[in-house]
Amino acid sequence: MSEHHAHEIRQATRKYIYVFLALLLGTVITVVAAYVPFGSRSLNVAVALLIASAKAFLVAGFFMHLISEKKLIYGLLGATGFFFAGLMFLIVWSNADQFLSIFR
Amino acid sequence: MDIPHTVEARPDTGLYNAKVGIWLFLASEVMLFGALFSSYILLRVGAEAWPHGLLSVPIGTFNTVVLITSSITVVLAWASLKLGDLSRFKLYQGCTVLLALTFVAVKSFEYRDKFTHYYVRLQDGTELNGHLAGNPLNWTAANLADTNRVGASITFHPDAAGGEGEGAHGGHAEPIELTAANVAKLESWGPWRSTYLAIYFTLTGLHALHVIGGALVIAYLWGPGSRMWRSDPERFTNRVEVCGLFWHFVDLVWIFLFPVLYLL
Repeated sequence: MSEHHAHEIRQATRKYIYVFLALLLGTVITVVAAYVPFGSRSLNVAVALLIASAKAFLVAGFFMHLISEKKLIYGLLGATGFFFAGLMFLIVWSNADQFLSIFR
Repeated sequence: MDIPHTVEARPDTGLYNAKVGIWLFLASEVMLFGALFSSYILLRVGAEAWPHGLLSVPIGTFNTVVLITSSITVVLAWASLKLGDLSRFKLYQGCTVLLALTFVAVKSFEYRDKFTHYYVRLQDGTELNGHLAGNPLNWTAANLADTNRVGASITFHPDAAGGEGEGAHGGHAEPIELTAANVAKLESWGPWRSTYLAIYFTLTGLHALHVIGGALVIAYLWGPGSRMWRSDPERFTNRVEVCGLFWHFVDLVWIFLFPVLYLL
């Protein structure tokens, strides 16, 4: 193993520690935000999901190395994301009335 | 016969085969949990009322921290192998196994808490939630009518609030005596109790199975599987990476489960 390679791994390790700390902070923010009255429960849901998405991005991006992955993996996940979004939108469409009532 | 591309990348994909394999598997897992999450949305939007406060937020937060910590130990274990340090890998991966066991133990405690919490409807129509004396597991009215307990009664401690949810972790009101004669219905807070508990047990149960499965593989790689380090260190490192990708996915699912089930 080259010295350069070892240096890269040590740098990455430092990054992992920062991501870990950010995830802990994100957990605290998630819990605190759940008790803050944003005016409506749907807004609390949106905030919680936004924080969870940010945490998911950190895990997937850095721990799972998706930030610098090969094209094949991006293609695979792109297709998965498309069908996952479809799965979610199907539910929204089938319940459009209830969802819209949240904003009224 | 040698399995091709366990270490060197395939020229067309630029990846070793196991990595493509695990990502294909994770894609199918996204759809599996995605289907259950969309079921959750459908059930919640369609429900007349959605319970809050049934689960302990401090316990859920603790388990979230446990899983996040296990994610960092997994990635540090892999980095240790990249640096050629097997003993450090063993230390980190050993911690991961312990953290996984902690998560499952806490989850079991939470499950037990639900199966020892009861809804009761008395013959006069009164509805109560609370605990039975001695915390028996998953009783029904049939247990009260047990022929071996003829004439016997059991003390019931109703939740202070009386209704489901708010009093789940609060104090208790005045205890009452339950007998087979004065109870019309008795059931624990299992998945049958409500739509919320049904989707809670389904989602967390499936997730816990993933934690157990992942922990078994990690424990294997920590123990007997680590022999490969001597014969084929790069292949072993790749195995640890692939296993780690699965573990991070399990962590990722929990990141969404925690707010959705415990907080919102």
